[in-house]
Amino acid sequence: MTGTAPDAFTTSPAPTGQAASDLVFDVRGVTKIYAMGDVSVHALRGVDLKLHSSEFIVLLGPSGSGKSTLLNILGGLDLPTSGRVSYRGRDLSGAGDSARTEYRRRHVGFVFQFYNLIPSLTAKENVALVTEIARNPLPPAEALGIVGLGDRMNHFPAQMSGGEQQRVAIARAIAKRPDVLLCDEPTGALDISTGIVVLEAIERINRELGTATAVITHNAAVSGIADRVVQLSDGRIVADHRNVEKISARELSW
Amino acid sequence: MQALNRKLFRDLWRIKGQATAISMVIAVGVLMYIMYLSAFDSLQATRSAYYERQRFAHVFASLKRAPLSLGNRISSIPGVAQAETRVVVDVTLDVEGLEEPATGRLVSIPDRQRQVLNDVVLSSGRYIEAGRPDEVIVSEGFAQAHELRPGSAVRAVLNGRRRELQIVGIGLSPEYIYTIRPGDFLPDDARFGIFWMERRALAAAFDMEGGFNDVALMLMPGAQVEAVIDDLDVLLKPYGGWGAIPRALQLSHWSVENELQGLQGAGIVIPMVFLGVAAFLLHVVLRRIVSVQREQIATLKALGYPNRLLAMHYIQWALAISLLGTLAGTLGGALLGRGMLSMYNEFFRFPNLEYQLQPGVVLGAVVIGVVAAIFGANSAVRQAVKLQPAEAMRPEPPAKFRVSLAERLGLGRLLSQPARIILRNVERQPVRSAITIGGISLSLAILIVGLFSIDSLDLMMDVQFRLAQRQDMQVSFVEAVSPSGIHDLKRLPGVIGAEPTRTVPARIVAGSRARQVSVSGLPELTRLFRVIDISRMEQVPMPRDGIILTSSLAKVLDVAPGDEVTVEALVGRRIVQDVQVAGIIDQYVGLSAYMDIDGVRRLMREGPTLSGGFLAVDTEHLPELFRAIKQTPLIAGSGVKGAALQAFEDTFAENIGIMIFFNVLFASIIAFGVVYNAARVSLAERSRELASLRVMGFRRSEISAILLGELGLLTFLALPLGMLLGYWLSRLLVKAFETELYTIPFTSSSSTYALCALAVVVAAAVSGLIVRRKLDHLDLLEVLKSKE
Repeated sequence: MTGTAPDAFTTSPAPTGQAASDLVFDVRGVTKIYAMGDVSVHALRGVDLKLHSSEFIVLLGPSGSGKSTLLNILGGLDLPTSGRVSYRGRDLSGAGDSARTEYRRRHVGFVFQFYNLIPSLTAKENVALVTEIARNPLPPAEALGIVGLGDRMNHFPAQMSGGEQQRVAIARAIAKRPDVLLCDEPTGALDISTGIVVLEAIERINRELGTATAVITHNAAVSGIADRVVQLSDGRIVADHRNVEKISARELSW
Repeated sequence: MQALNRKLFRDLWRIKGQATAISMVIAVGVLMYIMYLSAFDSLQATRSAYYERQRFAHVFASLKRAPLSLGNRISSIPGVAQAETRVVVDVTLDVEGLEEPATGRLVSIPDRQRQVLNDVVLSSGRYIEAGRPDEVIVSEGFAQAHELRPGSAVRAVLNGRRRELQIVGIGLSPEYIYTIRPGDFLPDDARFGIFWMERRALAAAFDMEGGFNDVALMLMPGAQVEAVIDDLDVLLKPYGGWGAIPRALQLSHWSVENELQGLQGAGIVIPMVFLGVAAFLLHVVLRRIVSVQREQIATLKALGYPNRLLAMHYIQWALAISLLGTLAGTLGGALLGRGMLSMYNEFFRFPNLEYQLQPGVVLGAVVIGVVAAIFGANSAVRQAVKLQPAEAMRPEPPAKFRVSLAERLGLGRLLSQPARIILRNVERQPVRSAITIGGISLSLAILIVGLFSIDSLDLMMDVQFRLAQRQDMQVSFVEAVSPSGIHDLKRLPGVIGAEPTRTVPARIVAGSRARQVSVSGLPELTRLFRVIDISRMEQVPMPRDGIILTSSLAKVLDVAPGDEVTVEALVGRRIVQDVQVAGIIDQYVGLSAYMDIDGVRRLMREGPTLSGGFLAVDTEHLPELFRAIKQTPLIAGSGVKGAALQAFEDTFAENIGIMIFFNVLFASIIAFGVVYNAARVSLAERSRELASLRVMGFRRSEISAILLGELGLLTFLALPLGMLLGYWLSRLLVKAFETELYTIPFTSSSSTYALCALAVVVAAAVSGLIVRRKLDHLDLLEVLKSKE
């Protein structure tokens, strides 16, 4: 299953200078307009953002603020209406469908609110699904070990709790050793204690593998675990600040 | 209710592709039902009106010659309403434009009034006039084959004298709806015609004045046919009676009846298959719809909609789909039924074969459509009714899966994750997988059943004409001739070989069972006309003593090899003799008996006579040979093999082409409908799963492989099953169609299986590709945003 298509996002070095070499995403003047029937919805109204390697950011904002749209554009699931998004100096905003597929395949790990596991595959097989098509993956067992599920590997999704399912989803996302981990409301469907276990897993991956990580939440309490908190409202970035004192997920409460 | 109806229409519109696919399967089933049963009704109604109007007789008998006075005694047999004596003679014809001689059957008709029984219907021209002995009415098929019109003439050899018959009318008779020369394998309008001729003229030509050699009886209502036949046989026996037959065994009636039964059987069985498949498809699709709409159902229940209304709502889904199909099928069936009937016009001659679609048949179609819909909706409706509102508001829990059989058997290591997904999905829903496999295999089976008959026919033709009847031509003499006859035949121009036969009509009796057949006397080993046992495909040498029976005759008589049967010659001195059954052989065409030629001669107490011969002919000299035969008064009839074969192939080639076309079309509709619905349901259920894979970086081709791979696997599994099913159904059909007179061989070539499988795979692939296009437009964001 290993892909052979050319990967425009790794084949050549970044054209910009040494100083920008740890720059993962460079977002400039991005807008996104959805046509919803007769009305057009402005999901993003001009967003500028930079994300560096090993950086952990939280995108905070109420529903409809545009954070999911931004994350999807970063992940190559969607294209901006205008503006430019580059990944390690390569243009994402003009990439075609198959180029974006290859980009996701090589570099991106996704985690969603509703896990999106394949119900017919066990935890280990769900992870293997990705490792079979990746270039230099972690062994599935190791990925599951990182999220603390080494002993639940042969369970099917229907046999696991929501938190466990979400941790499988995380293991699946990180098993390919992605350059970026994009998480859309990963704790949205979970209770506090389960949510904390999941966030711990994400935190650990960012720390140990140095994966640039963006987590969406509408829960401001979560933002304490990030290096940086980017706040969106009505399609614009309204605040972008570094956490002076980063706390661990274990210390969270909401 | 209004709102619920609006929901119905909009929901239906949303699944229009699937609804149409199921409607089409129903339409084909209804189409078949309407086509077959309307053709059946039309033929039957036309036939019974025809019989009634023209007073078609109930009993028929031939004899050598009896005085007219016997007619009164026949009329007074209890149960006989009317009797008509006739003179019926077969003669050789010389027709303009036809090189070889044709056979004409001359049937006497009264000159001053119409026939009492089996009255001729004039389709053009006029009735014969008294005092004009050469005027004849000719049968429509023969007239059309030779473009004969009132005013045309045909030369015939009547009892050794050449006569010019003047055609004054073209006619039809209920006695000859299906016209086939006795002893022929296939009908041939160009070479066998009926001529109705004034009684006195015909009697005079054949020394039948004051006598008759044929009689037809009309019975009183409630009369015992068997009793009348027994009485008639007693009366006719001294006059060379050949044994009377009831209407049921009259060749034309028997053929039409057989066809009618076939139509009725096909009209009931075939639609059941289609409607059964449609019901299963409805079941799968509606189950899916109910589970997608569980929140809607819960909401409606919470709003106070009673179960009854909700049940009706989902039944209406099925009814709407079904009635659409029923409507289309009824229209198509009426159209094709009409076409089918005009095809019958080539084989069956009716004065006016009118198409009629009985309201009862249409009503029947609606009823079976509704029944299929209710069957299909049943389980989904129960599912909807059972749903508790509070429970239904929550999303369905993730589906439970387990490790597939292949993996439990230890093949797991060979499987990629996508392969596991495919196998586990197939296994998790065994009922649905079985429905898909069953539907596809049924479509393949239908195709095989539709096409195997062509292979069978090929085999039959091959055996009959290339293995058994290797003569180019056969001739029969007016009466048995001396051994020099074979030399006379060999001296005919173009004849390069000749084999004699002494064939005698006889009654074979075993205990209380009896049948009238031709006993063919042949030399021990022949090269031209060979007796073939089709179960071994070998020539059967004629035994020195004893008689060989076909298996169907042996079954009728209930005898086995070694048993004694009584052979009662129906000509000559009518000698009765016991003969041992020397062997029983299988043949396609039913009731025959064979003996060594000397055995027949001994039976007849004759010297080395022959009644006819089989000829090998140098085709370059055929025209001369035909001319010679037309001028030889001793030769009563002849048949040319190539001509019969050609005529058959001409007639059937076109019909078979049409048959193949519709068979492939209809079977493809099932295959398409099954695969398309399975694919759409899978796509709907698993779009989230497939979208997740796309998000992870799986390519379109890779996720298509998962969805279509599952369907491919099911199709692949269905192929052998469908072949087996087709094989069994074909066998069953062959058994069902087996009669005393015909055995259809069962054979099907591997190329037929391959062709059928290919058609099914193509239909499945087309529907798969249509769904694949949907997959390409999968909206990743939309799918991931919402909860299932």
